[in-house]
Amino acid sequence: MSTFTPPRFYNSRKRTNFMAMAACYGATLFGLTWLVLILMTLVVNGLPGISLALFTEMTPPPNAQGGGLANAIVGSLMLTVMGVGIGAPIGLLAGTYMAEYGRHSQLTSVIRFINDILLSAPSIIIGLFVYGAVVVPMGKFSGYAGALALAVIVIPVVVRTTEDMLLLVPNPLREAASALGLPRSLVIRRVAYRAARAGLMTGLLLAIARVSGETAPLLFTVLNNQFWNVDMATSVANLPVTINNFINNPDPNWKQLAWAGALLITFTVLSLNIIARVVGSARNEK
Amino acid sequence: MTTTHQDPSTSASVSGQARPETISVKNLRFYYGDTLALKTISLPLYTNEVTAFIGPSGCGKSTLLRVLNRMYDLYPGQRAEGEVIFEGRNILNKNEDLNLLRSRIGMVFQKPTPFPMTIYDNIAFGIRLYENLSKAELDERIESALMKAALWNEVKDKLNANGLSLSGGQQQRLCIARSVAIGPEVILFDEPCSALDPISTAKIEELIDELKSDYTIAIVTHNMQQAARVSEYTAFMYLGELVEFGQTAQMFTSPQDQRTQDYITGRFG
Ligand SMILES: Nc1ncnc2c1ncn2[C@@H]1O[C@H](COP(=O)(O)OP(=O)(O)O)[C@@H](O)[C@H]1O
Ligand SMILES: [Mg+2]
Repeated sequence: MSTFTPPRFYNSRKRTNFMAMAACYGATLFGLTWLVLILMTLVVNGLPGISLALFTEMTPPPNAQGGGLANAIVGSLMLTVMGVGIGAPIGLLAGTYMAEYGRHSQLTSVIRFINDILLSAPSIIIGLFVYGAVVVPMGKFSGYAGALALAVIVIPVVVRTTEDMLLLVPNPLREAASALGLPRSLVIRRVAYRAARAGLMTGLLLAIARVSGETAPLLFTVLNNQFWNVDMATSVANLPVTINNFINNPDPNWKQLAWAGALLITFTVLSLNIIARVVGSARNEK
Repeated sequence: MTTTHQDPSTSASVSGQARPETISVKNLRFYYGDTLALKTISLPLYTNEVTAFIGPSGCGKSTLLRVLNRMYDLYPGQRAEGEVIFEGRNILNKNEDLNLLRSRIGMVFQKPTPFPMTIYDNIAFGIRLYENLSKAELDERIESALMKAALWNEVKDKLNANGLSLSGGQQQRLCIARSVAIGPEVILFDEPCSALDPISTAKIEELIDELKSDYTIAIVTHNMQQAARVSEYTAFMYLGELVEFGQTAQMFTSPQDQRTQDYITGRFG
């Protein structure tokens, strides 16, 4: 009976492996620590401000008592819905062109390149662009300008996920649909979209999460409004800018509202991300 | 070509009077970009008969099948020359209505490709495209298509289940039902059993045998026994050429070409 002796380099390989693993865990821990600290600070400071009044009362004047964020919450909802409403269909159509019709075309590579730049462009640049393109000519800040700025942020996210998700749909499925005599448009709408449904939904949710916390593009386009206003042709209140204004003010009541608003946004975004993950992972089942 | 090429027309006359041809391929050449993948192929698909295509991987069997329903048109840079006569016209013509053509010449693929929808909708989908039927008529059509595909008994209680929830063999029969439902003239099978277990394979073979009374069938297969079992005619292809075409029984007992003989006796492949 001979005993197996591992080759000489086996131990050093094991050591390298151990060190690499340790580095991976270390890096993960480092990243998670900050995330947990941020969430904890938010919860500790924000939770005392969470009450029914937060959702029912208007933003208070400085140095007053009470009040809430109702106008800012509704304003943010309107801006997000309109921004996503404008951006998502454009992104879906562009992504569909790239994955389905223009898969082999030069134009698609160009669009993809530009889209990637847009995807990583600082959002303040987009705010400035819409400021120059819409706010200045119109002569006033408005909800529409803000929604447009958010749409510009939504588009590249949706383009990217739409293209990626459609490219994952196996070609034999398209061929099988074509083999029944389906025109191209129906092959895409009824078969490819359906097969990519979970991925497309994920992209949409991620886009909503992305824009619901954006501050910079709104600062230059909608500004803010202290009062209840649902007229998108003028400045409307919104959470990010309100938080930005309130947190920098010595008034403790405003500070408390700002923390509560920050907690609200963070958990909305977190929930959207989690839902997106769940929807996305449901793709392979069923 | 150096060895004997059994002329398709002679093999047809061997069996006696001229048989009706549903599809006649004449001097077909096919290109992937600049690469010639099919080198001047001519052969018939006889009406209500099963024609098997055999040959080593990469010899052009799938390519030939994909010309017959113009599937290659989905991809840029692929083109065909020559003639494919179907219902009295050359379907390689530019102005051929491809959607209509594909509703007349169905196709079943190697991997089952159910759509991500219910079993019912998988079949109703294609029908609704061409016909405006009442709910009752549609139900009837779906039942008869599933019957023809020998799947009805297995799925009649779960028509609303997702097509993807079926087993591989059932999925393949669902795809056959889907093709049959829109009433084609021809059904093309590209290695329909190579992803299936032996029992499912036997069912599909049996099914093909039944389907030929209503349809003209072409089947690509890697399995020599399968070709022998299901087909009346066999085409042996090699490196983009049609080496030999003739009645299956004859081809398997006395092949005319050395390459055919080598292939069916398993000397290469
Ligand atoms: N999309 C394609 N682009 C370029 N060449 C291809 C393509 N598909 C197949 N071919 C080539 O055409 C030849 C025939 O392929 P195919 O018809 O798939 O063979 P078979 O089905 O007999 O295995 C092969 O040499 C293959 O490499
Ligand atoms: Mg093949």
